[in-house]
Amino acid sequence: MSAEQETRAVRCLVAKVGLDGHDRGAHVIARAFRDAGFEVVYSGLHRAPEEIVQAAVQEDVDVLGISILSGAHNTLVPKVIEGLKEYDAFEDTLVLVGGIIPDDDEADLKELGVAEVFGPGTPMEETIEFIRNNLPERA
Amino acid sequence: MGGTDATALSDGDAELVEELLAGSHRALARVITRIENRAGGYRGIVAALHEHTGGADVIGITGAPGAGKSTLVDKLAAAYRDRGDTVGVVAVDPSSPYTGGAVLGDRIRMASNVGDMDVFFRSMSARGQLGGLSMATADAVKALDAFGKDVVIIETVGAGQNEVDVVRTADTVAVLVQPGSGDDVQTLKAGILEIGDVFVVNKADMDGAERTLAELEEMVHRREGPTKGLDGGHHGFEVPDHPDDGDAADEGDEPAWTPEVRQTVANTGEGVTELIETFDAHATHLRESGAIESTERRRYAEEIRTLVRSDVGALATAEIERRGGIDELADSVRRRETDPYSLAAEIVEPIADCVEAAPEGVGSAAGNEGADPVDDET
Repeated sequence: MSAEQETRAVRCLVAKVGLDGHDRGAHVIARAFRDAGFEVVYSGLHRAPEEIVQAAVQEDVDVLGISILSGAHNTLVPKVIEGLKEYDAFEDTLVLVGGIIPDDDEADLKELGVAEVFGPGTPMEETIEFIRNNLPERA
Repeated sequence: MGGTDATALSDGDAELVEELLAGSHRALARVITRIENRAGGYRGIVAALHEHTGGADVIGITGAPGAGKSTLVDKLAAAYRDRGDTVGVVAVDPSSPYTGGAVLGDRIRMASNVGDMDVFFRSMSARGQLGGLSMATADAVKALDAFGKDVVIIETVGAGQNEVDVVRTADTVAVLVQPGSGDDVQTLKAGILEIGDVFVVNKADMDGAERTLAELEEMVHRREGPTKGLDGGHHGFEVPDHPDDGDAADEGDEPAWTPEVRQTVANTGEGVTELIETFDAHATHLRESGAIESTERRRYAEEIRTLVRSDVGALATAEIERRGGIDELADSVRRRETDPYSLAAEIVEPIADCVEAAPEGVGSAAGNEGADPVDDET
Protein backbone atom coordinates (compact mmCIF):
# COMPACT_ATOMS: atom_id res chain seq x y z
CA MET A 1 0.00 0.00 0.00
CA SER A 2 2.34 2.72 -1.15
CA ALA A 3 -0.28 5.37 -1.56
CA GLU A 4 2.22 8.08 -0.68
CA GLN A 5 2.14 10.89 -3.11
CA GLU A 6 5.14 11.22 -5.36
CA THR A 7 7.15 14.34 -4.82
CA ARG A 8 9.20 14.57 -7.97
CA ALA A 9 11.15 17.75 -8.51
CA VAL A 10 13.23 18.95 -11.40
CA ARG A 11 16.85 18.89 -10.27
CA CYS A 12 19.35 21.22 -11.92
CA LEU A 13 23.06 21.78 -11.54
CA VAL A 14 24.13 25.31 -12.37
CA ALA A 15 27.84 25.03 -13.04
CA LYS A 16 30.69 27.46 -13.49
CA VAL A 17 33.64 25.81 -15.20
CA GLY A 18 37.20 26.97 -15.60
CA LEU A 19 38.89 30.29 -15.04
CA ASP A 20 35.86 32.50 -15.26
CA GLY A 21 34.94 34.56 -12.26
CA HIS A 22 31.70 36.00 -13.56
CA ASP A 23 28.85 34.39 -11.72
CA ARG A 24 26.19 37.09 -11.62
CA GLY A 25 24.42 35.37 -14.49
CA ALA A 26 24.66 31.97 -12.83
CA HIS A 27 23.19 33.42 -9.62
CA VAL A 28 20.29 35.02 -11.46
CA ILE A 29 19.58 31.78 -13.28
CA ALA A 30 19.79 29.75 -10.06
CA ARG A 31 17.24 32.02 -8.42
CA ALA A 32 14.92 31.95 -11.40
CA PHE A 33 15.08 28.16 -11.46
CA ARG A 34 14.35 28.03 -7.77
CA ASP A 35 11.35 30.30 -8.20
CA ALA A 36 10.17 28.02 -10.98
CA GLY A 37 10.06 25.25 -8.38
CA PHE A 38 13.26 23.51 -9.41
CA GLU A 39 15.85 22.21 -7.00
CA VAL A 40 19.06 23.93 -7.88
CA VAL A 41 22.52 22.79 -6.92
CA TYR A 42 25.05 25.54 -7.51
CA SER A 43 28.62 24.43 -8.09
CA GLY A 44 30.44 27.57 -7.04
CA LEU A 45 33.17 29.24 -9.05
CA HIS A 46 36.24 27.88 -10.85
CA ARG A 47 35.24 24.27 -11.07
CA ALA A 48 37.15 21.69 -13.07
CA PRO A 49 35.20 19.60 -15.60
CA GLU A 50 35.70 16.49 -13.40
CA GLU A 51 34.07 18.27 -10.48
CA ILE A 52 31.08 19.14 -12.60
CA VAL A 53 30.79 15.55 -13.74
CA GLN A 54 31.11 14.32 -10.16
CA ALA A 55 28.40 16.70 -9.03
CA ALA A 56 26.07 15.93 -11.93
CA VAL A 57 26.35 12.18 -11.37
CA GLN A 58 26.06 12.24 -7.58
CA GLU A 59 23.23 14.75 -7.51
CA ASP A 60 21.50 12.84 -10.30
CA VAL A 61 20.35 16.05 -11.95
CA ASP A 62 17.88 16.24 -14.81
CA VAL A 63 19.46 19.40 -16.12
CA LEU A 64 23.08 20.49 -16.27
CA GLY A 65 23.43 24.18 -17.07
CA ILE A 66 27.01 25.21 -17.77
CA SER A 67 27.76 28.91 -17.67
CA ILE A 68 30.86 29.96 -19.55
CA LEU A 69 31.86 33.50 -20.33
CA SER A 70 35.58 32.93 -20.78
CA GLY A 71 35.59 31.60 -24.31
CA ALA A 72 36.96 28.23 -23.24
CA HIS A 73 33.77 26.35 -24.05
CA ASN A 74 35.36 24.34 -26.87
CA THR A 75 37.81 22.83 -24.40
CA LEU A 76 35.67 22.49 -21.31
CA VAL A 77 32.27 21.37 -22.55
CA PRO A 78 33.58 18.29 -24.41
CA LYS A 79 35.37 17.19 -21.23
CA VAL A 80 32.18 17.44 -19.22
CA ILE A 81 30.22 15.51 -21.81
CA GLU A 82 32.87 12.78 -22.03
CA GLY A 83 32.81 12.50 -18.25
CA LEU A 84 29.03 12.15 -18.19
CA LYS A 85 29.26 9.38 -20.78
CA GLU A 86 31.90 7.62 -18.72
CA TYR A 87 29.42 7.39 -15.84
CA ASP A 88 26.57 6.45 -18.11
CA ALA A 89 24.84 9.70 -17.21
CA PHE A 90 24.84 11.54 -20.53
CA GLU A 91 21.74 9.96 -22.05
CA ASP A 92 19.29 11.25 -19.50
CA THR A 93 20.83 14.58 -18.60
CA LEU A 94 19.73 17.69 -20.45
CA VAL A 95 22.92 19.65 -21.07
CA LEU A 96 22.54 23.39 -21.59
CA VAL A 97 25.20 26.00 -22.14
CA GLY A 98 24.80 29.66 -21.29
CA GLY A 99 27.17 32.47 -22.08
CA ILE A 100 28.84 34.13 -24.99
CA ILE A 101 29.18 31.47 -27.66
CA PRO A 102 29.91 32.29 -31.33
CA ASP A 103 27.42 30.81 -33.81
CA ASP A 104 29.91 28.41 -35.36
CA ASP A 105 30.82 27.04 -31.95
CA GLU A 106 27.17 26.72 -31.06
CA ALA A 107 26.67 24.30 -33.92
CA ASP A 108 29.69 22.29 -32.79
CA LEU A 109 28.46 22.13 -29.22
CA LYS A 110 25.05 20.92 -30.34
CA GLU A 111 26.79 18.32 -32.44
CA LEU A 112 28.49 17.14 -29.26
CA GLY A 113 25.23 16.71 -27.45
CA VAL A 114 24.43 20.09 -25.92
CA ALA A 115 20.66 20.46 -26.15
CA GLU A 116 20.56 24.24 -26.43
CA VAL A 117 22.76 27.29 -26.12
CA PHE A 118 21.38 30.41 -24.48
CA GLY A 119 23.10 33.71 -25.20
CA PRO A 120 22.96 37.01 -23.37
CA GLY A 121 19.50 38.53 -23.16
CA THR A 122 17.60 35.27 -23.29
CA PRO A 123 14.40 35.76 -21.29
CA MET A 124 14.37 33.60 -18.19
CA GLU A 125 10.96 32.18 -19.10
CA GLU A 126 12.35 30.89 -22.37
CA THR A 127 15.03 28.83 -20.63
CA ILE A 128 12.59 27.48 -18.06
CA GLU A 129 10.05 26.66 -20.74
CA PHE A 130 12.73 24.87 -22.73
CA ILE A 131 13.64 22.76 -19.70
CA ARG A 132 10.03 21.87 -18.98
CA ASN A 133 9.51 20.77 -22.58
CA ASN A 134 12.72 18.82 -22.93
CA LEU A 135 13.12 17.06 -19.60
CA PRO A 136 14.74 13.69 -20.09
CA GLU A 137 12.42 10.72 -19.66
CA ARG A 138 13.21 8.78 -16.54
CA ALA A 139 11.97 5.64 -14.94
CA MET B 1 11.42 -10.30 4.96
CA GLY B 2 7.89 -9.34 4.07
CA GLY B 3 7.32 -9.78 0.35
CA THR B 4 4.04 -7.94 0.05
CA ASP B 5 3.00 -5.87 -2.94
CA ALA B 6 4.43 -2.69 -1.54
CA THR B 7 7.92 -4.12 -1.25
CA ALA B 8 7.90 -6.23 -4.42
CA LEU B 9 10.85 -5.54 -6.72
CA SER B 10 10.37 -5.09 -10.43
CA ASP B 11 13.07 -6.59 -12.66
CA GLY B 12 14.45 -3.17 -13.45
CA ASP B 13 14.64 -2.25 -9.78
CA ALA B 14 16.29 -5.55 -8.88
CA GLU B 15 18.92 -4.72 -11.48
CA LEU B 16 19.32 -1.24 -10.02
CA VAL B 17 19.89 -2.72 -6.57
CA GLU B 18 22.43 -5.17 -8.04
CA GLU B 19 24.29 -2.34 -9.72
CA LEU B 20 24.32 -0.29 -6.54
CA LEU B 21 25.70 -3.18 -4.52
CA ALA B 22 28.29 -3.75 -7.25
CA GLY B 23 29.51 -0.19 -6.78
CA SER B 24 27.90 1.83 -9.56
CA HIS B 25 27.79 5.50 -8.61
CA ARG B 26 25.11 6.11 -11.17
CA ALA B 27 22.90 3.45 -9.63
CA LEU B 28 23.47 4.87 -6.15
CA ALA B 29 22.52 8.36 -7.35
CA ARG B 30 19.47 6.97 -9.09
CA VAL B 31 18.32 5.06 -6.04
CA ILE B 32 18.57 8.19 -3.88
CA THR B 33 16.49 10.07 -6.46
CA ARG B 34 13.84 7.37 -6.30
CA ILE B 35 13.87 7.62 -2.51
CA GLU B 36 13.53 11.41 -2.65
CA ASN B 37 10.73 11.25 -5.17
CA ARG B 38 8.87 8.63 -3.17
CA ALA B 39 8.45 7.20 -6.66
CA GLY B 40 6.71 3.90 -7.27
CA GLY B 41 8.76 0.90 -6.23
CA TYR B 42 11.15 2.78 -3.98
CA ARG B 43 9.98 0.85 -0.97
CA GLY B 44 11.00 -2.39 -2.58
CA ILE B 45 14.43 -0.95 -3.27
CA VAL B 46 14.96 0.23 0.30
CA ALA B 47 13.62 -3.07 1.63
CA ALA B 48 16.10 -4.97 -0.53
CA LEU B 49 18.97 -2.76 0.63
CA HIS B 50 18.19 -3.08 4.32
CA GLU B 51 20.02 -6.38 4.86
CA HIS B 52 23.19 -4.85 3.41
CA THR B 53 23.24 -1.97 5.85
CA GLY B 54 24.75 -1.59 9.28
CA GLY B 55 28.37 -1.25 8.22
CA ALA B 56 28.68 2.51 8.28
CA ASP B 57 29.27 4.91 11.13
CA VAL B 58 26.54 7.51 10.73
CA ILE B 59 27.37 11.00 11.94
CA GLY B 60 24.93 13.89 12.09
CA ILE B 61 26.19 17.46 11.97
CA THR B 62 23.90 20.33 12.81
CA GLY B 63 24.14 23.94 13.88
CA ALA B 64 22.94 27.44 13.14
CA PRO B 65 23.27 28.85 9.60
CA GLY B 66 26.78 30.16 9.10
CA ALA B 67 28.32 28.05 11.87
CA GLY B 68 30.54 26.39 9.28
CA LYS B 69 28.85 23.01 8.86
CA SER B 70 29.57 22.58 5.16
CA THR B 71 33.19 23.62 5.48
CA LEU B 72 33.69 21.28 8.41
CA VAL B 73 32.00 18.42 6.57
CA ASP B 74 34.36 19.00 3.65
CA LYS B 75 37.39 18.82 5.92
CA LEU B 76 36.02 15.80 7.79
CA ALA B 77 35.47 13.98 4.52
CA ALA B 78 39.04 14.73 3.45
CA ALA B 79 40.41 13.51 6.79
CA TYR B 80 38.41 10.29 6.60
CA ARG B 81 39.68 9.77 3.07
CA ASP B 82 43.25 10.26 4.27
CA ARG B 83 42.91 7.29 6.55
CA GLY B 84 41.35 5.21 3.82
CA ASP B 85 37.66 5.42 4.68
CA THR B 86 35.08 6.03 2.00
CA VAL B 87 32.55 8.74 2.76
CA GLY B 88 28.95 9.52 1.94
CA VAL B 89 27.40 12.90 2.69
CA VAL B 90 23.73 13.82 2.72
CA ALA B 91 23.28 17.58 3.00
CA VAL B 92 19.73 18.71 3.71
CA ASP B 93 18.63 22.23 2.84
CA PRO B 94 15.27 23.90 3.28
CA SER B 95 13.00 24.42 0.30
CA SER B 96 10.56 27.22 -0.38
CA PRO B 97 7.14 26.41 0.99
CA TYR B 98 5.65 28.47 -1.86
CA THR B 99 7.24 27.10 -5.01
CA GLY B 100 8.88 23.96 -3.68
CA GLY B 101 12.07 25.23 -5.28
CA ALA B 102 15.39 25.30 -3.49
CA VAL B 103 18.96 26.38 -3.95
CA LEU B 104 21.16 23.69 -2.49
CA GLY B 105 24.38 25.44 -1.67
CA ASP B 106 26.27 23.06 0.58
CA ARG B 107 28.16 21.61 -2.32
CA ILE B 108 30.04 24.87 -2.88
CA ARG B 109 32.20 24.14 0.14
CA MET B 110 33.20 20.71 -1.01
CA ALA B 111 36.57 21.83 -2.30
CA SER B 112 38.89 19.30 -0.67
CA ASN B 113 37.57 16.26 -2.45
CA VAL B 114 37.71 17.31 -6.07
CA GLY B 115 37.07 14.49 -8.47
CA ASP B 116 37.24 11.91 -5.67
CA MET B 117 34.24 9.71 -6.32
CA ASP B 118 34.82 7.93 -3.02
CA VAL B 119 33.29 10.98 -1.42
CA PHE B 120 29.68 10.76 -2.51
CA PHE B 121 27.99 14.05 -1.77
CA ARG B 122 24.28 14.41 -2.20
CA SER B 123 22.13 17.50 -1.61
CA MET B 124 18.54 16.99 -0.56
CA SER B 125 15.79 19.48 -0.02
CA ALA B 126 12.96 19.35 2.45
CA ARG B 127 10.35 18.52 -0.15
CA GLY B 128 7.59 16.67 1.41
CA GLN B 129 5.29 16.70 4.29
CA LEU B 130 6.01 16.41 7.97
CA GLY B 131 8.08 13.41 8.92
CA GLY B 132 8.83 12.66 5.29
CA LEU B 133 12.16 14.39 5.34
CA SER B 134 13.70 12.38 8.13
CA MET B 135 12.39 9.23 6.48
CA ALA B 136 13.90 10.15 3.12
CA THR B 137 17.18 11.05 4.79
CA ALA B 138 17.28 7.79 6.70
CA ASP B 139 16.59 5.87 3.49
CA ALA B 140 19.29 7.77 1.60
CA VAL B 141 21.70 6.92 4.41
CA LYS B 142 20.74 3.27 4.00
CA ALA B 143 21.55 3.45 0.30
CA LEU B 144 24.99 4.90 1.05
CA ASP B 145 25.54 2.35 3.81
CA ALA B 146 24.56 -0.56 1.56
CA PHE B 147 26.82 0.84 -1.16
CA GLY B 148 29.65 0.27 1.30
CA LYS B 149 30.52 3.71 2.59
CA ASP B 150 32.53 3.48 5.82
CA VAL B 151 31.26 6.79 7.12
CA VAL B 152 28.03 8.58 6.30
CA ILE B 153 27.62 12.21 7.33
CA ILE B 154 24.23 13.90 7.54
CA GLU B 155 24.42 17.68 7.49
CA THR B 156 21.48 19.92 8.28
CA VAL B 157 20.60 23.33 9.66
CA GLY B 158 19.72 23.04 13.31
CA ALA B 159 16.40 24.79 13.41
CA GLY B 160 13.09 23.22 14.11
CA GLN B 161 11.73 19.80 14.80
CA ASN B 162 12.13 18.54 11.26
CA GLU B 163 15.86 18.99 11.37
CA VAL B 164 16.14 17.54 14.82
CA ASP B 165 14.35 14.46 13.51
CA VAL B 166 16.74 14.30 10.59
CA VAL B 167 19.83 14.43 12.69
CA ARG B 168 18.42 11.90 15.12
CA THR B 169 18.77 9.28 12.42
CA ALA B 170 22.55 9.41 13.07
CA ASP B 171 24.48 7.34 15.61
CA THR B 172 26.66 10.24 16.67
CA VAL B 173 25.39 13.80 16.66
CA ALA B 174 27.68 16.81 16.59
CA VAL B 175 26.24 20.26 17.25
CA LEU B 176 28.25 23.15 15.82
CA VAL B 177 28.36 26.47 17.60
CA GLN B 178 30.23 29.57 16.64
CA PRO B 179 32.00 31.80 19.12
CA GLY B 180 30.33 34.81 20.60
CA SER B 181 26.91 33.36 20.07
CA GLY B 182 25.65 33.50 23.61
CA ASP B 183 22.15 33.67 22.24
CA ASP B 184 22.81 30.71 20.03
CA VAL B 185 23.72 28.68 23.02
CA GLN B 186 20.42 29.77 24.49
CA THR B 187 18.49 28.56 21.47
CA LEU B 188 20.36 25.29 21.57
CA LYS B 189 18.57 24.48 24.76
CA ALA B 190 15.36 23.98 22.87
CA GLY B 191 15.68 20.45 21.63
CA ILE B 192 19.15 20.36 20.22
CA LEU B 193 21.04 20.29 23.47
CA GLU B 194 19.61 16.91 24.32
CA ILE B 195 20.68 15.31 21.07
CA GLY B 196 24.31 16.44 20.95
CA ASP B 197 26.92 13.79 21.65
CA VAL B 198 29.67 16.18 20.72
CA PHE B 199 29.60 19.97 20.78
CA VAL B 200 31.99 21.72 18.47
CA VAL B 201 33.03 25.32 18.80
CA ASN B 202 33.95 26.08 15.22
CA LYS B 203 35.89 29.18 14.16
CA ALA B 204 37.79 28.73 17.40
CA ASP B 205 40.30 31.34 16.29
CA MET B 206 37.66 34.04 16.66
CA ASP B 207 37.15 36.27 19.66
CA GLY B 208 34.92 34.81 22.31
CA ALA B 209 35.76 31.19 21.54
CA GLU B 210 36.99 30.55 25.07
CA ARG B 211 33.82 31.87 26.56
CA THR B 212 31.55 29.86 24.29
CA LEU B 213 33.63 26.82 25.11
CA ALA B 214 33.19 27.44 28.83
CA GLU B 215 29.45 28.01 28.45
CA LEU B 216 29.04 24.78 26.58
CA GLU B 217 31.10 22.86 29.12
CA GLU B 218 28.93 24.22 31.84
CA MET B 219 25.75 23.36 30.05
CA VAL B 220 26.91 19.86 29.21
CA HIS B 221 27.59 19.14 32.83
CA ARG B 222 24.34 20.64 33.93
CA ARG B 223 22.48 18.47 31.49
CA GLU B 224 23.72 15.35 33.19
CA GLY B 225 21.05 16.00 35.75
CA PRO B 226 17.52 16.59 34.51
CA THR B 227 17.68 15.17 31.00
CA LYS B 228 19.63 12.07 31.89
CA GLY B 229 17.86 9.01 30.72
CA LEU B 230 16.27 10.77 27.77
CA ASP B 231 18.96 9.31 25.55
CA GLY B 232 18.14 5.86 26.76
CA GLY B 233 14.89 5.77 24.87
CA HIS B 234 11.58 4.27 25.86
CA HIS B 235 12.18 0.62 26.30
CA GLY B 236 12.73 0.12 29.97
CA PHE B 237 9.95 -2.44 30.17
CA GLU B 238 11.86 -4.97 28.09
CA VAL B 239 14.49 -5.31 30.74
CA PRO B 240 13.13 -8.15 32.87
CA ASP B 241 13.48 -10.62 29.98
CA HIS B 242 17.23 -10.25 29.73
CA PRO B 243 18.91 -9.75 33.06
CA ASP B 244 22.41 -9.60 31.56
CA ASP B 245 24.86 -6.80 31.00
CA GLY B 246 23.32 -5.53 27.82
CA ASP B 247 20.22 -4.53 29.65
CA ALA B 248 21.94 -2.39 32.14
CA ALA B 249 22.51 -0.24 29.10
CA ASP B 250 18.81 -0.08 28.44
CA GLU B 251 18.23 1.06 31.95
CA GLY B 252 20.50 4.00 31.46
CA ASP B 253 22.87 2.61 34.07
CA GLU B 254 25.72 2.03 31.62
CA PRO B 255 28.76 4.24 31.87
CA ALA B 256 26.93 7.16 30.34
CA TRP B 257 28.48 9.22 27.59
CA THR B 258 29.22 12.72 28.74
CA PRO B 259 29.09 14.95 25.70
CA GLU B 260 32.50 16.16 24.64
CA VAL B 261 33.20 19.76 23.78
CA ARG B 262 35.76 20.24 21.01
CA GLN B 263 37.07 23.17 19.06
CA THR B 264 37.87 23.42 15.38
CA VAL B 265 38.84 25.91 12.75
CA ALA B 266 37.18 24.32 9.76
CA ASN B 267 38.80 26.72 7.31
CA THR B 268 42.28 25.49 8.13
CA GLY B 269 41.34 22.01 9.23
CA GLU B 270 42.57 22.62 12.76
CA GLY B 271 41.08 20.24 15.30
CA VAL B 272 39.49 18.01 12.67
CA THR B 273 41.65 14.99 13.51
CA GLU B 274 40.78 15.33 17.18
CA LEU B 275 37.11 15.64 16.30
CA ILE B 276 37.23 12.42 14.33
CA GLU B 277 38.90 10.73 17.31
CA THR B 278 36.00 11.90 19.44
CA PHE B 279 33.50 10.51 16.91
CA ASP B 280 35.37 7.20 16.99
CA ALA B 281 35.35 7.22 20.78
CA HIS B 282 31.60 7.74 20.75
CA ALA B 283 31.07 4.95 18.24
CA THR B 284 33.18 2.64 20.41
CA HIS B 285 31.22 3.72 23.45
CA LEU B 286 27.94 2.92 21.71
CA ARG B 287 29.12 -0.54 20.78
CA GLU B 288 30.76 -1.44 24.07
CA SER B 289 28.04 -0.15 26.35
CA GLY B 290 25.34 -1.73 24.25
CA ALA B 291 23.74 1.66 23.75
CA ILE B 292 23.85 1.15 20.00
CA GLU B 293 21.10 -1.42 20.38
CA SER B 294 18.74 0.94 22.10
CA THR B 295 19.64 3.68 19.61
CA GLU B 296 18.87 1.41 16.70
CA ARG B 297 15.73 0.08 18.31
CA ARG B 298 14.47 3.60 18.88
CA ARG B 299 15.30 4.57 15.31
CA TYR B 300 13.63 1.59 13.68
CA ALA B 301 10.63 1.92 15.95
CA GLU B 302 10.28 5.50 14.72
CA GLU B 303 10.59 4.37 11.10
CA ILE B 304 7.95 1.72 11.51
CA ARG B 305 5.62 4.19 13.20
CA THR B 306 6.15 6.81 10.51
CA LEU B 307 5.50 4.33 7.72
CA VAL B 308 2.43 2.87 9.34
CA ARG B 309 1.05 6.29 10.14
CA SER B 310 1.49 7.45 6.57
CA ASP B 311 -0.06 4.27 5.15
CA VAL B 312 -3.02 4.33 7.49
CA GLY B 313 -3.40 8.02 6.70
CA ALA B 314 -3.56 7.15 3.02
CA LEU B 315 -6.23 4.52 3.72
CA ALA B 316 -8.24 7.11 5.59
CA THR B 317 -7.85 9.58 2.74
CA ALA B 318 -9.14 6.96 0.32
CA GLU B 319 -12.10 6.34 2.60
CA ILE B 320 -12.82 10.07 2.71
CA GLU B 321 -12.79 10.16 -1.09
CA ARG B 322 -15.13 7.20 -1.19
CA ARG B 323 -17.57 9.15 0.97
CA GLY B 324 -17.69 12.06 -1.43
CA GLY B 325 -14.54 13.93 -0.58
CA ILE B 326 -13.46 16.15 2.27
CA ASP B 327 -15.37 19.21 1.02
CA GLU B 328 -18.61 17.30 0.91
CA LEU B 329 -18.06 16.00 4.42
CA ALA B 330 -17.13 19.46 5.69
CA ASP B 331 -20.33 20.84 4.19
CA SER B 332 -22.44 18.26 5.95
CA VAL B 333 -20.84 19.35 9.21
CA ARG B 334 -21.50 22.97 8.29
CA ARG B 335 -25.19 22.18 7.69
CA ARG B 336 -25.29 20.65 11.17
CA GLU B 337 -26.27 17.27 9.71
CA THR B 338 -23.44 15.65 11.58
CA ASP B 339 -20.34 16.65 13.53
CA PRO B 340 -16.59 16.14 13.04
CA TYR B 341 -16.29 13.56 15.80
CA SER B 342 -19.01 11.31 14.47
CA LEU B 343 -17.65 11.61 10.95
CA ALA B 344 -14.12 10.73 11.99
CA ALA B 345 -15.42 7.72 13.89
CA GLU B 346 -17.41 6.58 10.84
CA ILE B 347 -14.43 6.93 8.55
CA VAL B 348 -12.10 5.02 10.82
CA GLU B 349 -14.63 2.34 11.62
CA PRO B 350 -13.94 0.03 8.64
CA ILE B 351 -10.20 0.21 9.39
CA ALA B 352 -10.82 -0.48 13.06
CA ASP B 353 -13.05 -3.41 12.12
CA CYS B 354 -10.26 -4.96 10.08
CA VAL B 355 -7.78 -4.61 12.91
CA GLU B 356 -10.18 -6.19 15.41
CA ALA B 357 -11.19 -8.98 13.05
CA ALA B 358 -7.62 -9.88 12.07
CA PRO B 359 -6.51 -13.40 13.03
CA GLU B 360 -3.85 -13.65 15.73
CA GLY B 361 -0.98 -14.79 13.48
CA VAL B 362 -0.96 -11.65 11.34
CA GLY B 363 0.83 -9.65 13.97
CA SER B 364 3.95 -11.79 14.01
CA ALA B 365 5.63 -10.16 11.02
CA ALA B 366 5.87 -6.93 12.95
CA GLY B 367 7.36 -8.86 15.85
CA ASN B 368 10.43 -9.69 13.75
CA GLU B 369 11.48 -6.09 13.49
CA GLY B 370 11.52 -5.59 17.19
CA ALA B 371 13.30 -8.88 17.77
CA ASP B 372 16.31 -8.19 15.56
CA PRO B 373 18.32 -6.05 17.96
CA VAL B 374 17.62 -8.48 20.77
CA ASP B 375 19.09 -11.33 18.69
CA ASP B 376 22.28 -9.38 18.24
CA GLU B 377 22.63 -9.04 21.93
CA THR B 378 22.64 -12.75 22.76
